Amino acid sequence: MQKRLLALSLGLVFAGSAFAAEQFVPVPSYRVGPYASGGAKYYGGMIDYLNYVNLKEGGVGGVKLAYEECETEYKNDRGVECYERLKKKGATGASAFNFMSTGITYATMDRADKDKIPLMTIGFGRADAKDGSVFPYVFPLVTSYWSQATAKIQFIGQRLGGMDKLKGKKLVNLYHGSAYGKETLPVLEAMAKKYGFELVNVEVPAPGTEQQSQWLEVRRQQPDFVLLRSWGVMTPAAIKAATKVGFPRDKIISNWWGGSEEDVIPAGEAAKGYIAGSFAADGKQFPLIQDIEKTLYAQGKGNLSDTGSIGTVNYNRGVVGGVMLVEAIRVAQGKYGKKPLTGEQIRWGFENLNIDAARQKALGISNMVPPLKTSCSNHEGSGYTRFMQWDGKDWKPVSNWIPADRSVLDPMVKASAAKYAQEKGITPRDCSKEK
Amino acid sequence: MQFFIEVLVGGLLAGVMYSLVALGFVLIYKASGVFNFAQGALVLFAALTFVSLQAMGLSFWLSMAATLVIMVGMGVAIERVVLRPLVNQPPIALFMATIGLSFFIEGLAQMVWGTEVHGLELGIADEPFEVGGVFISKFDLFAAGLSALLVAALALFFQYTKLGRALRAVADDHQAALSVGIPLQHIWAVVWGVAGFVALVSGLLWGSRLGVQFALTLVVLKALPVLILGGFTSVPGAIVGGLIVGAGEKLAEVYLGPYLSGGIENWFPYMLALVFLLIRPEGLFGERHIERV
Repeated sequence: MQKRLLALSLGLVFAGSAFAAEQFVPVPSYRVGPYASGGAKYYGGMIDYLNYVNLKEGGVGGVKLAYEECETEYKNDRGVECYERLKKKGATGASAFNFMSTGITYATMDRADKDKIPLMTIGFGRADAKDGSVFPYVFPLVTSYWSQATAKIQFIGQRLGGMDKLKGKKLVNLYHGSAYGKETLPVLEAMAKKYGFELVNVEVPAPGTEQQSQWLEVRRQQPDFVLLRSWGVMTPAAIKAATKVGFPRDKIISNWWGGSEEDVIPAGEAAKGYIAGSFAADGKQFPLIQDIEKTLYAQGKGNLSDTGSIGTVNYNRGVVGGVMLVEAIRVAQGKYGKKPLTGEQIRWGFENLNIDAARQKALGISNMVPPLKTSCSNHEGSGYTRFMQWDGKDWKPVSNWIPADRSVLDPMVKASAAKYAQEKGITPRDCSKEK
Repeated sequence: MQFFIEVLVGGLLAGVMYSLVALGFVLIYKASGVFNFAQGALVLFAALTFVSLQAMGLSFWLSMAATLVIMVGMGVAIERVVLRPLVNQPPIALFMATIGLSFFIEGLAQMVWGTEVHGLELGIADEPFEVGGVFISKFDLFAAGLSALLVAALALFFQYTKLGRALRAVADDHQAALSVGIPLQHIWAVVWGVAGFVALVSGLLWGSRLGVQFALTLVVLKALPVLILGGFTSVPGAIVGGLIVGAGEKLAEVYLGPYLSGGIENWFPYMLALVFLLIRPEGLFGERHIERV
């Protein structure tokens, strides 16, 4: 009996120590429902990277990564439920949440702030969360909606042969009839004022399955370019409707939500020439993606059942999401020690990321994402966007990484963050005192 | 004037696409007096089955035939498992059952055929041609022609065939129809099978425009005001309702939208339908019910 108790006690101690040696990562995925096609690839990529780090390095600094998936179906209520269910899992609670959903992120922002858990909002927003003095736990890494909107205008300037050529041109902004769609209106208006082009805003009622009248309006306006701010089914519907009114696809510039295989394949031949923004390059040419295939898929340990999805836009975005999180944990371990860390400690890691060209090379992701360096006052860390064109089979890059127009955005970010702080009664941190 | 005509023509052609989806609702309603909430899910399932079979190497017509068999089989199964136990229950019970059915079919579609989105080319270019400066889509014209054909066939079927008359009798009163020897279960299986066929045609046309993806379930939102306008029991009503909704929403979006901050296309048809409800609650072609008090 005593031996049994001893064995049980030792077993519990061992189990406890094994549990304590793991860093818990919540994975609030969406693999069913309307957006399952992109979600399955994105979270497949992210999970593959976590498993890859465990297999290749034995975890981060010797601390194994443990994860648990929770299905959100891209619904806000389910997202909040997943947040509550997973936030305290593991020895030190959730490392960070990566919802890939503006709605769920907004719904959990206050909770995350209170629970001291970082929210990764790679590529989206809110854009003013770049200001970490007001938004300590939100990280719109790489680029935000606002940064991307200014990059779109600069890309068009490049296509025209210079920013001065924008003067007198006409751009139609065809946007999703939602808070997401309207988020860039003030930025585009500021850009129109700065560069002297005419901006015509045309709203497409959500979800955007029918766009006949909007594209007839586009035809009537005869714009030089159409800025597309789409989401989901709105993208292929827009491409098809553009064909119907004879609008050239290579004059449609979309943001990254409209720039994956899921957005163009449904539109078929009509999508040839269509251009979209990107924050993470697709393809299998990156050493990391190749090594994931070798280390995981060749051993039957990959997360995706369809290996044809490896290297697609959403898969690579998911891998980038995993890289950002692991790098934040790694950086935080440099300060707090090689042990499971709390969300608050990992937040410091997110705030001190430096994924420059040398680090990208070491990670096997050179030029997959732009160089990134975060700080307390800059939670975005980059602001660069690259544009790519669909050739009917693949996305081909048609620009270098284009920086955000900081002269336009910085005052807007500052004003918007200050307004948010006032509304919420937040006293901004003094970033000069953060180390 | 030229632009007005272009918007009007575009709207009318878009309206025909709405009518096609509305037809599926009308069929079920005519036979069972139930608003089939699962029609959107049927559209998705039919289109997804078709493209998945094509991806497996089946030819266009073989995929079409196989999908039709599957959809009719599904209709029969729905009758057996869901509807038969609910004979003579209040319409709301049947309506609730179709809500459950909708979620089940959506889940089943993704479970069986996966979550991938698919392109669908029917071989009809969506390029426009010009008539007096007005752009007209070849695809829209094809869809309109196909819908007209389908409506004519269904109208004749309901009006002049024995089965069609039996369907109308069932719609009027389940119990009375049973008492005169109409095989209710058989009728329901047939009508769900035909609705499956209509769902397949809608799924192919809408899938060709939007891609075959989960969002196909959303096209039913466009069919609801069509039904209110045209009446839930009238096949020609679905067409006329579609034309009114299509033309109305496009003209409203272009000419009223700028004064109402744009994006009015979604709610305008519902408002139009509400106005119609006030004047003619049974819709333009719906059957007027007179009940003794």
